Amino acid sequence: MADATPVLEVPVLEVQDLKKHFPVRKGVLRRVVGQVYAVDGVSFTINEGQTLGLVGESGCGKSTAGRAILRLIEPTGGTVKVLGRDIAPLTKKELRPYRQQMQIVFQDPFSSLNPRMTAGDIVGEPLFVHGIANAKERKQRVAALFERVGLRAAQMANYPHQFSGGQRQRIGIARALALGPKLIVGDEPVSALDVSIQAQVINLLQDLQRERKLSYLFISHNLAVVEHISHRIAVMYLGRIVEHADTRSIFKNPQHPYTEALLSAVPVPDPAIKRQKRVLQGDVPSPVNPPAGCHFHTRCPYAVARCKVETPLLREIAPGHHVSCHLR
Amino acid sequence: MVAIDHQAELARAGANVTGWWSRTLFFARRYPLGAVGAAIVAVFVLTAAFADIIAPVDPTATNAKFSLARPGGMFWLGADFMGRDMYSRIVHGARISLAVGAGAMGLGGLIGISVGLASGYIGGWFDLIVQRLLDIMQALPLLVMAIVMAASLGPSLRNTIIAIAIPLVPTVSRVVRSNTLSLREQPFVEAARAVGMGELRIAVRHVLPNTLAPLIVLATAQLGSAILVEASLSFLGLGIPEPHPSWGRMLSESAAEYVRTAPWLVIFPGVAISLTVFGTNLLGDALRDILDPRQRS
Repeated sequence: MADATPVLEVPVLEVQDLKKHFPVRKGVLRRVVGQVYAVDGVSFTINEGQTLGLVGESGCGKSTAGRAILRLIEPTGGTVKVLGRDIAPLTKKELRPYRQQMQIVFQDPFSSLNPRMTAGDIVGEPLFVHGIANAKERKQRVAALFERVGLRAAQMANYPHQFSGGQRQRIGIARALALGPKLIVGDEPVSALDVSIQAQVINLLQDLQRERKLSYLFISHNLAVVEHISHRIAVMYLGRIVEHADTRSIFKNPQHPYTEALLSAVPVPDPAIKRQKRVLQGDVPSPVNPPAGCHFHTRCPYAVARCKVETPLLREIAPGHHVSCHLR
Repeated sequence: MVAIDHQAELARAGANVTGWWSRTLFFARRYPLGAVGAAIVAVFVLTAAFADIIAPVDPTATNAKFSLARPGGMFWLGADFMGRDMYSRIVHGARISLAVGAGAMGLGGLIGISVGLASGYIGGWFDLIVQRLLDIMQALPLLVMAIVMAASLGPSLRNTIIAIAIPLVPTVSRVVRSNTLSLREQPFVEAARAVGMGELRIAVRHVLPNTLAPLIVLATAQLGSAILVEASLSFLGLGIPEPHPSWGRMLSESAAEYVRTAPWLVIFPGVAISLTVFGTNLLGDALRDILDPRQRS
C-alpha cells in the first residue's frame, strides 16, 4: 500500500522510550517484590494518514502500550507526543482537550458498549461531555456518523444488544470518530469478528482514513490483517520493539529471527507451496524477570554468547528498517 | 408456509408504543403480575393519602364498651381491647407503615448505594476500610442494630426511619460494590475515560445503572423487612409512640395475648403487611425487567 503524503509537519504521534512497569506486590504489607516490565522502552512515530501495525504474541505488551499512549493507564516513563505536544506529564484536566485528538476502538464489541444506553446516546456522549453542539445539532451529527459507518439513523434509538457484532463494532467506531480525532488506537478491533465481517470493518477503517486523514495505531496478532491495513509495522517481543519497518520490508525481508518465526506461522492459502516452518521452542519468558541481554535469546535459534549479556539496540540497517539484533 | 403478520409482530414487540399511557398499558399486558403488584401498592398509597376520608372514625378514640368487639356491624374489622376501631386503625396505620417502609428503604438505599459505589469504584485502602466497617455493622443482626439505634435516638417517626435505614446500608452497599468491582474494568468504562469523562460521571452514568437489577429486587424485599422491624421496635416501645397506629405494633402487641380470643386483631394487620410486601415484591420483579433494555424487546 502506498504511503499517503503527510500534510502536517509534525507527526501525529511520536512515542519515545515509553515504559509501563507494574509493581508486583506480596504479603500483608503489600511490599513491592518485583516489576512486570510490560512495556520497556518503546519508540515509534506515526505520520498523518498512516497506519502503524503493532504486532506480537499475547502478553508482549502491545495492548498495554496502546493504553499507555492514551493515558488510560499511566505510563511509568517516556514521552508521548500528540501533534508535537508531550501529553505524558499533563494532569487529567490539561489532558482533556487532547482526548479529542485520540480515541480508541476496542476488541470486544459486546463489553465496549454500555448495555443500558441507546446506540445514539453512546455515540453522542463524547460530544456532550466536551460541550460540543446543542442537543439538536448533536442528534444530527450522530445521525450523520451512523450513516457514515454504515448504520441507519433510525437505529440510534436501539440498544446495543439489538445489534450484531459487526454493527456494534461500527457503533464503537462512530463513537471514536465523534470528536473528530487525528489518531485512533485500534486494540485488536477486528479480532472478535467473523472473517467476512472483518473485511467490511477493515474496509470501513481504510475509507475513513482516506477521507479524514486519520492515523491508526493498529494493534493485532493477525498478521494477514496487519499486512493489509498497515503502512509500517512494529514487531514487539516482551515489552520491546524488535523490528520496525515498512510493511513490504517486514514481509519480504524480515531481519529479526522473531519476525521470521512469526511470519512462518502465517498460513498460506496454497497447498502446493511447501515451506520450512520455524517453530519456536519454549514459551514467552515471564515479563517479571525478563532474560538478560536480548529478551529473545532463550528461544532464538541463532543466539550466541553475546546475546545473553548485551541488550541489542534498535539499529537502522537499511533506510527506514530498524532491527534490534546483534547478528544483523 | 405461514404468512407472518408484520404489523401484529411489531405491535407485540411494542415497536409503536409511545406516550406515557399506552406504554403503561403495554407493560401491564406484558407483566400481569407486575401490574397486580403495582395495583396493590397503589391501593395502599391511596389509602395512606386519603385515610381521613376513607376511615372517618378517629383511630385513637377509645371506648371500653366495645372492647374486643367482633368484626361486623359498627366495626367492620372489629375493635381492639381498648375499643378502638380496627378498620380505622389499619387505614391510618398505612401512613406510618408505608412511611417507615419507604423512608427506611429510600434512606438506607441512598446511603448504601453511595457507600458501595464509592467503595468499589475508588478501591484500594478506602475500599478496605469501608468494607471492614460494614463487616462490623453486619456482625449485628438487623433488629439488634435497629434497637440500639432507636434506643439512642428516642422514639419518633423520623428516628424510627433512621434506626431502620442505617442497618440496611451494609447489604445494599455490598451488592452495589461487588457489581461495581467488575463493571469498572469493563471496556465501556475505559471508552468513557478515553473520551475524557470525569470519574464521577462515569460512576453514576455508566457503572450505577448496570447495578440496578439486583438492587431493585433487594430494595423491594427490604421494604417488607423494614415494616416488620418497625413492628418489633414499636413492640419494645422504641418505635412509633402510642397511640398512633402502626401495623407492626398492632400485630405484635396482640399476637401473644389475643390470637385465640380475638384473632381479628392479629389477622387484619397481618394481612395488610403481607399484601404490601407481596405487592412491592411483584412490582420490583417487573420493574427489574422493564428497566433492563435487554429484557424489553
